[in-house]
Amino acid sequence: MAEISYRDAVTRGIAQEMSRDPDVVFLGEDVAKPGGCFKATVGLYEQFGGVRVRDTPISEQAILGAAMGAAMTGLKPIAEIMFSDFIAVCFDYIANEFPKSRYMSNGQTKCPLVVRTANGAGSRFGAQHSQSVENWCMMIPGLKVVAPSSPIDVIGLMAAAVRDPDPVIFFEHKSLYNSKGEVPDGEIVDTLGTAKILRAGKDCTIVALALMVPRALEAAERLRIDYGIDCEVVDVRSLVPLDTKTILGSVAKTHRLFTVEENPRLCGWGAEIVSIVADEAFYDLDGPPVRITTPHIPLPAADIMEDIVLPTPQRIVDTIRRSLGS
Amino acid sequence: MSTAKDRVPAGSGLNDDIGEKKRLELYRSQVRLREAEQRAFDLFLQNLVKGTSHLSLGQEAIAAGFAEAMVKGDLSFCTYRGHAHTLARGVPVEKVLGELMQRDNGLMRGKGGSMHLTSEEHGVMGSYAIIGAHLPIACGAAWRAQYRGDKDVSVCFFGDGTTNIGAFHEALNFAAVWKLPVVFVCENNLYMEYTPIKDVIPIPQPAADRASAYGLERILIDGNDADIVYRTAQKAFARARAGEGPSLIECLTYRHSGHSRADPAKYRPEGELEEWKKHDPVNVYRERLKQFGVKDDVIAEIDASVRKEVDDATEACKAAAPPSLDIIFTDVYADGGWAWRN
Ligand SMILES: Cc1ncc(C[n+]2csc(CCOP(=O)(O)OP(=O)(O)O)c2C)c(N)n1
Ligand SMILES: [Mg+2]
Repeated sequence: MAEISYRDAVTRGIAQEMSRDPDVVFLGEDVAKPGGCFKATVGLYEQFGGVRVRDTPISEQAILGAAMGAAMTGLKPIAEIMFSDFIAVCFDYIANEFPKSRYMSNGQTKCPLVVRTANGAGSRFGAQHSQSVENWCMMIPGLKVVAPSSPIDVIGLMAAAVRDPDPVIFFEHKSLYNSKGEVPDGEIVDTLGTAKILRAGKDCTIVALALMVPRALEAAERLRIDYGIDCEVVDVRSLVPLDTKTILGSVAKTHRLFTVEENPRLCGWGAEIVSIVADEAFYDLDGPPVRITTPHIPLPAADIMEDIVLPTPQRIVDTIRRSLGS
Repeated sequence: MSTAKDRVPAGSGLNDDIGEKKRLELYRSQVRLREAEQRAFDLFLQNLVKGTSHLSLGQEAIAAGFAEAMVKGDLSFCTYRGHAHTLARGVPVEKVLGELMQRDNGLMRGKGGSMHLTSEEHGVMGSYAIIGAHLPIACGAAWRAQYRGDKDVSVCFFGDGTTNIGAFHEALNFAAVWKLPVVFVCENNLYMEYTPIKDVIPIPQPAADRASAYGLERILIDGNDADIVYRTAQKAFARARAGEGPSLIECLTYRHSGHSRADPAKYRPEGELEEWKKHDPVNVYRERLKQFGVKDDVIAEIDASVRKEVDDATEACKAAAPPSLDIIFTDVYADGGWAWRN
């Protein structure tokens, strides 16, 4: 057991898989010798060499296209897109190529690859380097989408993503890179499509993802201390496949649902969860499901503005307290 | 056409570098592509080909020349104009027509359609309908070959218009710096959909005149002469297999039909089609065979057997059932299904 950072967990997760399987290769901009723009891959180049860990030109389409061609013909590439916002310049691969090839070829082709990318706000980089874009990927049939919130989940879900036979988009949160957590020694392998109940409670269910998870946990603690409200906190972890059983099970117990989403409001992942709960668990609910999201605006850069627009523990507390009538 | 000097030197006889056996294969392949594409067009007019189709009529020498130079294990990456490249790798005509006609005997049982022909067992790694998307993908397959020490070459076909999209330039640069065993083949048929390529580029040749930007040799060939195409392909493949990196080959050609479906191609200047038909690749090659002393009955036998394959395929497709609807939900994910939740 050791305490390591979320950043170091990225390196450890990739190293674990590269050590296990010589077909795992890693490419991206400034990822090899420089160790990544966020220093999340330091040491991989030294450990595995320049043939397996490769710096690329600034060519996002070439990076993802090459990852796909390599995956189709037998490798298990991990490709980095430096900031998740840049997915927009290579979206063809994410929207049209990775997820459609198996289906269109009637099962002839495969695409086992991982795209890892730094997602989310908190760095005051403004509207083109701070977005939370997991919902861009969630809406595409054929993709899998994960977003871990802790170092142990980074390692375990990275292993699961690399070993998965489908294309997986792996959202790391920029503002979590410095966070720390206990991680056991030895190999860690998790399962895609599983949510985790991080805190049991009986009064309401809070479903959160990535950076919103620690905020939901903090809000839950304050709600208990200040208002005696007992919240259950579910870390979704995997948007596709989606562990609806855990979410529906929690709502059946608490009878109230809150989602905490960093993405701008329209078509955020929480909307899908609310719709599933409304369809399938309407009579479990004692009140309307409530989504707590970033408003539908481009992200402002200045810290005092960015801080207001993202869901904060305070906003979560206030929303839940008001909704539950305490 | 500036390529006359590359044509077969007079009197070089049957024992030249290509040889009679390969020449007959090149001829058979071109006739087969011609007949199959012509049939696809006829079936389209009969409303038996649904959706769309993009024919390679007039461009057969490129598909045949490259495919005949490829060996088992080499990989083809095609565009929506991919019937010819798919057939040229040995995929049965019935499989291709079946897919165009959306029947259960189609190559992908109707799940892909004419623009996405794929036959992994023949090395046809897909036909891509987003302009330029497959150039980086071909780089990735070539990267795998380089990484594993495999000797196969990835061959990527695309049109003149494709040289103006970002992915083209990203892929060329990427392949050149990584020295990948990939061969990029630009089929310059002078038009994008309806606009002439010359109206949208500041240089005469869309691919060849850009090769130097990526440190590559300028290669511009007569794409209507299968011998020239075949020799050029062999040279590029040898270079790729030797670890010397990619090639970019621009093949001058012309499509006899419209861009897609029943496009009458009214945007072409009068006489242009007729002028190019004088340099029809199938006719050029039939003359070539005669020049080398191949008897008329040998040629006629090839023509007849190809015609029979296409006729039989047509009948089989007309008789084939539509695809069974249970496959709508298969192969979204690798587990064979489409489940996105538990
Ligand atoms: C990204 C993208 N833009 C536009 C199109 C529509 N489109 C399909 S074919 C075509 C023309 C392509 O011309 P060229 O590369 O010369 O190939 P050709 O059709 O002549 O073989 C266009 C614009 C597309 N499929 N993808
Ligand atoms: Mg063209």
